[in-house]
Amino acid sequence: MSADVVLASGGLACHLMSGCGFPAPGAEIFQFNALFTFTIGSLTFNVTKITVLTAIAVVLICGFFLYAFRKPKLVPRGAQNVGELGYLFIRDGIAREAIGEEGDKFVPFLFAFFFLIWLLNFWSIVPFAQIPVTSIFAIPVAFALIVYVTWVPLGIYKQGFGGFFKNMMFPPGVPKAMYILLAPIELISNILVRPFTHSVRLFANMFAGHLLIASFSVAAFYLISASVVGLLGAVASFAVAVALTGFEVLIQALQAYIFTLLAAVYISGALSAEH
Amino acid sequence: MTLLAEVTGSIGSLGYGLAAIGPGIGIGIIFGQGVQAIARQPEAYGVIRQNMLLGFALAEALALIGFVVPFVFGK
Repeated sequence: MSADVVLASGGLACHLMSGCGFPAPGAEIFQFNALFTFTIGSLTFNVTKITVLTAIAVVLICGFFLYAFRKPKLVPRGAQNVGELGYLFIRDGIAREAIGEEGDKFVPFLFAFFFLIWLLNFWSIVPFAQIPVTSIFAIPVAFALIVYVTWVPLGIYKQGFGGFFKNMMFPPGVPKAMYILLAPIELISNILVRPFTHSVRLFANMFAGHLLIASFSVAAFYLISASVVGLLGAVASFAVAVALTGFEVLIQALQAYIFTLLAAVYISGALSAEH
Repeated sequence: MTLLAEVTGSIGSLGYGLAAIGPGIGIGIIFGQGVQAIARQPEAYGVIRQNMLLGFALAEALALIGFVVPFVFGK
């Protein structure tokens, strides 16, 4: 069942007094019907709301920064001010703090990640969009894979194949006997678990946030009925939904920051062995 | 085999409760120590905040995996 079907089938017609159980929203609110499909060769592409929102986000970000830096001036004004603020935040706050002076080369990479993820998260609270695109698991997985195929070859290139794995599996300053235990754990946690948690962190945060807002919104609707308890419950649920929306604004920016920061930390680890 | 006790219903929610204990303690320690560090050395605010958020994200991921797994695997 997709989100469109849930809305259309009158899943929201349930009320406290009409005797039906609470229609708790589940994972089905993250599935959307295709708006239209097209075929290239043997592949069929379904264009859904998610695809459209992603495309709009890309156009908005490219559009804004091209507009902001169309005629760069020494003394910035208006949009250029905002653009430079964003650039400096990534360069000084993430790239230089986590990677160091060498980090300047990775600013465009981190910059693109931060603003794209932030806007994709932000769709969660935009009226009529109201779905964080990053709560569809494929999207954070794709982002985490891009980071993964960046830092692993980079580490092998910078430290050599043997050096990369030696630095990863045998951190200095540990008793020799501990390496029997430590080396496999380090290998698994760096090569397998890292990309998994990197993507799941973003996905789970946005998934959980959207589900919470949806639950309280549905509860507010469900509890509206001709009774004092029902009305009080509806008002309380609605207030919580509004408060959670405000909280989500914070979480969206924080998760975009954390994803970018972790990408920078991974790249920094690949550039030089940890001391 | 005779069953002595059985748990039915939404077991995923119990799992989430268990999964949230560790990260809850961890996040408390991270922010407690982070605030203490900032109070002791306010000029190192930038570095402390960055590491605090990094540790927070690593600990929080465990609780979130506990939240999402029932939706993904539970039927």
